[in-house]
Amino acid sequence: MGEILLPLLILCPLVASMIISVSAGRVGTCAIGAIACVGVGLSAILGIILSVMLLSGPAAGVLPVVLWRWIHVAGFSADIALTLDRVSMVMVLVVTVVGLLIHVYAVGYMREDPGIARFFSCMTLFVAAMLVLVLASDLLCLFIGWEGVGLCSYLLIGFWYDDPANTAAARKAFYMTRMGDAALLCGLLLLATAAGSLHIGAVLAAVADGQVAPSGVNVAALFILVGALAKSAQVPFQTWLPDAMAGPTPTSALIHAATMVTAGVYLIARLHDLFAMAAPVMALTAVLGTLTLLMAACTAMVQSDLKRILAWSTISQLGYMFLALGCGVWQAALFHLMTHAFFKALLFLTAGAVIMRAGHEQDIFRLGGLRHAMPGLTAAFVVGASALAGLPLVTAGFYSKEMILSGVWHVHFGLTREWTLSGHPLWGMALLGAFLTALYIFRCVFIVFCGKPGTVATGRTSRLMGIPLGCLCFLSLCGGVIEMPDTLPPLHLFTALLDPKTPLSHADEPVWLVLAGALAPLAGLGVARVLWGRAAPVMREIPGQAAITRLARAGWGMDALYDLVFVQPFRLLTWLAHHDILDQAITGTGRMTRAISGRVFRARAGFLDKLAVWGTRARGWAGHLLGRLDNGRVRWYAAWIAGGLCAGLAMAVLS
Amino acid sequence: MPAFSFNDTLLLATIVFSVGLAGILVRRNMVFMLMALDIMLNATALVFVAAGARWHDATGQVMFVLVLALAAVETAVGLGIIMCLHAHGRPTLDADTGNLLGGQGRG
Amino acid sequence: MTPLPALVLLPIVGGGLAWLAERIQPHTASPARDASWWVALGILIVETLLLVLVTVRHPDHAGPWLGHFSTPWIPAMGIAVRLDMDGLSLSLIWLSLILCFLCLFLATRQVTVNAGAFHFLFLATLTGIIGTFLATDLFLFFFFWELMLVPMFVLIAAWGHEDRQRAAMKFFMFTQGSGLLMLLSILGLVIAHYRESGVLTFDYFTLARTPLSPALSMLLMLGFFTAFAVKLPVVPVHVWLPDAHTQAPTAASVLLAGILLKTGGYGMIRFNVMLFPDAASRFAPIAMGLGVAGILYGAWLSCAQDDVKRLIAYSSISHMGFVLLGIFTGSRIGMQGAIIQMLAHGLGTAALFLVAGAIQERLHTRDMHRIGGLWAAMPRLSSTGLFFAVAALGMPGLGNFTGEFLVLLATWHVSPTIATLTTAGLVLSAIYALRMVNRIFLAAARADLRPVRDIPARQMAVFACVMAFLVVLGLYPQPFMTFSTPSPLPVTDVTGQTAATP
Repeated sequence: MGEILLPLLILCPLVASMIISVSAGRVGTCAIGAIACVGVGLSAILGIILSVMLLSGPAAGVLPVVLWRWIHVAGFSADIALTLDRVSMVMVLVVTVVGLLIHVYAVGYMREDPGIARFFSCMTLFVAAMLVLVLASDLLCLFIGWEGVGLCSYLLIGFWYDDPANTAAARKAFYMTRMGDAALLCGLLLLATAAGSLHIGAVLAAVADGQVAPSGVNVAALFILVGALAKSAQVPFQTWLPDAMAGPTPTSALIHAATMVTAGVYLIARLHDLFAMAAPVMALTAVLGTLTLLMAACTAMVQSDLKRILAWSTISQLGYMFLALGCGVWQAALFHLMTHAFFKALLFLTAGAVIMRAGHEQDIFRLGGLRHAMPGLTAAFVVGASALAGLPLVTAGFYSKEMILSGVWHVHFGLTREWTLSGHPLWGMALLGAFLTALYIFRCVFIVFCGKPGTVATGRTSRLMGIPLGCLCFLSLCGGVIEMPDTLPPLHLFTALLDPKTPLSHADEPVWLVLAGALAPLAGLGVARVLWGRAAPVMREIPGQAAITRLARAGWGMDALYDLVFVQPFRLLTWLAHHDILDQAITGTGRMTRAISGRVFRARAGFLDKLAVWGTRARGWAGHLLGRLDNGRVRWYAAWIAGGLCAGLAMAVLS
Repeated sequence: MPAFSFNDTLLLATIVFSVGLAGILVRRNMVFMLMALDIMLNATALVFVAAGARWHDATGQVMFVLVLALAAVETAVGLGIIMCLHAHGRPTLDADTGNLLGGQGRG
Repeated sequence: MTPLPALVLLPIVGGGLAWLAERIQPHTASPARDASWWVALGILIVETLLLVLVTVRHPDHAGPWLGHFSTPWIPAMGIAVRLDMDGLSLSLIWLSLILCFLCLFLATRQVTVNAGAFHFLFLATLTGIIGTFLATDLFLFFFFWELMLVPMFVLIAAWGHEDRQRAAMKFFMFTQGSGLLMLLSILGLVIAHYRESGVLTFDYFTLARTPLSPALSMLLMLGFFTAFAVKLPVVPVHVWLPDAHTQAPTAASVLLAGILLKTGGYGMIRFNVMLFPDAASRFAPIAMGLGVAGILYGAWLSCAQDDVKRLIAYSSISHMGFVLLGIFTGSRIGMQGAIIQMLAHGLGTAALFLVAGAIQERLHTRDMHRIGGLWAAMPRLSSTGLFFAVAALGMPGLGNFTGEFLVLLATWHVSPTIATLTTAGLVLSAIYALRMVNRIFLAAARADLRPVRDIPARQMAVFACVMAFLVVLGLYPQPFMTFSTPSPLPVTDVTGQTAATP
């Protein structure tokens, strides 16, 4: 049963994508939307059925399906194989359910667009690729999905290709992730060489058995980390994600907030046993995550484009997840991944609806006072913002962020035997990040929805767009109560779900730890209320930080750095390459050859003719003679042949 | 016992060949040039036959047949070219009027 | 009776028929070029049936060879017509036939001038190619090697684009010159064998057993290598390729990229590595270096091109670098990866050339600055182009990735540094492929673009078949990998025992 349903889960959106692309231009807008929603919806239903089957089975049960043998050569084998275990189950549910909601929303959002068929075929293809990524039990098979989602992301960012900026953003996203992919591929090659297989179980077993040298484990983990960092837009690869907002908003919600960018987190969570053996890489992951979350939060603070604020907040939240991964609490990372998918999709979709009704205005300072014109959307955005900020008790974001914070507090990095590093400084920075998160998102809320009215809102939000927003609101509020800190009623449904044997529990946790995590967002909210909450805000921009603002707007100079280090040299190289250097060199020699053969083709350019010309100029006899030789008359040629023959014979005889 | 010695035959062949070569070099009429070419081919054929007789090997005669065929083909192609030139409006047999062998743009 | 000689002779004889067909009915209602087209199509169908026969037929004798044909040709010199077929040659012949069908359906119909001669030369090239893949007599092999060159030269020189004569000359010079080196090597090998055993023969299997001194075998191997390296092409001697590809008519570009380059790879597997295993393994570091250089240099130059066909041509150089790298890793994995890469590259690049040809036919330019935003006007052609560009950049799940991954895996065994360097080529490949997509298909539509019509659904169906092939190669390559393994002589035979005659 499960063996049939699991491939169907991927096949449904894939077939939908194919139907849409084949029937493009022949069926109406509604039919295209319906096909896409049915495809993703079927896969959501299948996902739920399979989850029920999995959970009703034995505690540590998995559902492996080997479809066919992919590559089987001496010393290496890979299969097209899928596995539904508890980790992938969570991701499948997130991808299909959130994906379905976003598809329904997109039917309303993209209704007027002429390229709707292309849009939905890419979106459904993306869902299929993402499901391959999630379900693959073989890392090489996972790589299919990994590149597939990258391709769909490229196509969707550049969806409105009339604007060169959009296609440039699309290419930038693809190139940056592709660099990471190359690193990931190197990691896979290393593991494949050592383990003889890329099946996740086999790889982890080989690593545990010590078939891979410790240095090899570290290098492999580092390669995979680079791939994950690029995919998840972490420092130093973060610059592509804000530009990726050039795509349609449902794309930003599905790909660049809820699912694809979390693929890096998911990959490391799948391989957490491998990473656990590479302590330096773990520490690096945590540090980079912390760096990212602080930097992205600061950047979000000074942005004025609504979608870019959300993009930077996505990077920041992904930083939390990487911090959690680095600290070894991968369950917390996955938990935050799930809640983040809910509230960030909600935020993006609401922002899309707001922007659409406000006449495609994305600058928050030109929006404003929209509270009265669109109360429903305001409520939805506030719910999303609260969840993002992690307002205590009532939002999903609080519980997941709390779990990460407590995990970071308890961690100790054993870099070497005698030198360990406590997680407390990282905890402090993460707490600061939580404060900043609340500050920047409520800044956005107050400026856009309160204050003086800016643009005039028109139209209504259609029901197709409203219903998904309602569902996501519910999930953003209540999706987190399945896992609670021990200080509150200890409820560990999520960790028990992921790993029934060893639930994560910190019973000895001090109460003030939870309190601090709860108060930081509230403090951020309060400060934001004071600064921007009035009708006449205290200030529009954060004062005295013009330089930092400029720096942060440019993505902390990373764009410029990449431009300097990669783009400009590459431009120079390609400029050089306009003419194949080797070709030039060989053409030089070739020109001589051609000059001789030019007697057949182009006597004027011929070598002998040139000699003749030079000869004429110099009144030399050699030139005349050689020129005479090439007069084009048959009889002269025959005479030369005969003469040459005689001379040759004479030499042969006489010598 | 051959009626002529091998050396005599070779001498004859050389003379015939020289006659042919001279014909090619001296005559400007293309038909005569073709005939001269045939004479040269026949001279080589004669050498083959003589060598075959000298070493009692049939290969020489086989080569003679080959040369015969070659000569026929060569004459056919040569005459074809002449006809073709006529058809293209060059009613002359003078080989020196054409100099395109040196390249296309030649005056 | 084995069908192998028929397989070789049919195209060239049929090509003659196609030429005649054009002559015979010049006054009928249908245009004359259609007559030769139909004859060519018929010939290809018969040829395919023959090939199916060979494929499904059980071999008469045990052993890995699927078919064998031998008859004396010039017995005095030990030259015979020896044709043998194993999985490698069979799969490459299949590739050739598929691509010929592609050309016939998508490219040769557009030839209006002297279509009969065009089809004759086209099929004559096919004869040369099939002969090259089958010949196991070195003299015969050289004969076919040269045979495939001449019609291709005429095709480029007569039906090509603006600078065709120069390109054709360059192509001819390079391949002819290197072919002569191969001839010298062949003669050297034969003479060495004659000195050793007193038997004058050009037989591949007999010559494979010739004991050679290391220096001599290296010298002879280098002669072969040069010829194949020019054909493949390997970086310093690649310069004929961009010109030839760019200037050739579409059908000839497809043949060049799809199959002619593969004869180089085939030759390296069958003659370099198998005839001279020791010399090849000693030469391997240099060859692998050349392969990596080809991958990076080709991709780099491809990034800088403005001419679509030139861009694709340089990307071919990059892809064939993987083939060279795979062959000389000296492992079975690398060899299989190289073969898969050859098949996938043949299909993918041929399709890209057809797309470029279709664009040129409609817009009369290949300059990417003057093309743009075709998606709105031609969604079918654009999605096709996108698919094959994505295949070229090595998307997992499509054929190229399978080949590249296997080659990289084999390379990693030898040297992780080289493999890491090679993955940089993958990043570059993304850059040139997407640059092409962005310039041609996904860009703002140009105002001065005349309205063009999309490719018809029939042609789209043909393209869809190629896409299906690539997907199968990408997701289910196992049958091809087991099937197309070159059979008799072990790939890396360090001990030098190279036995097994058919």
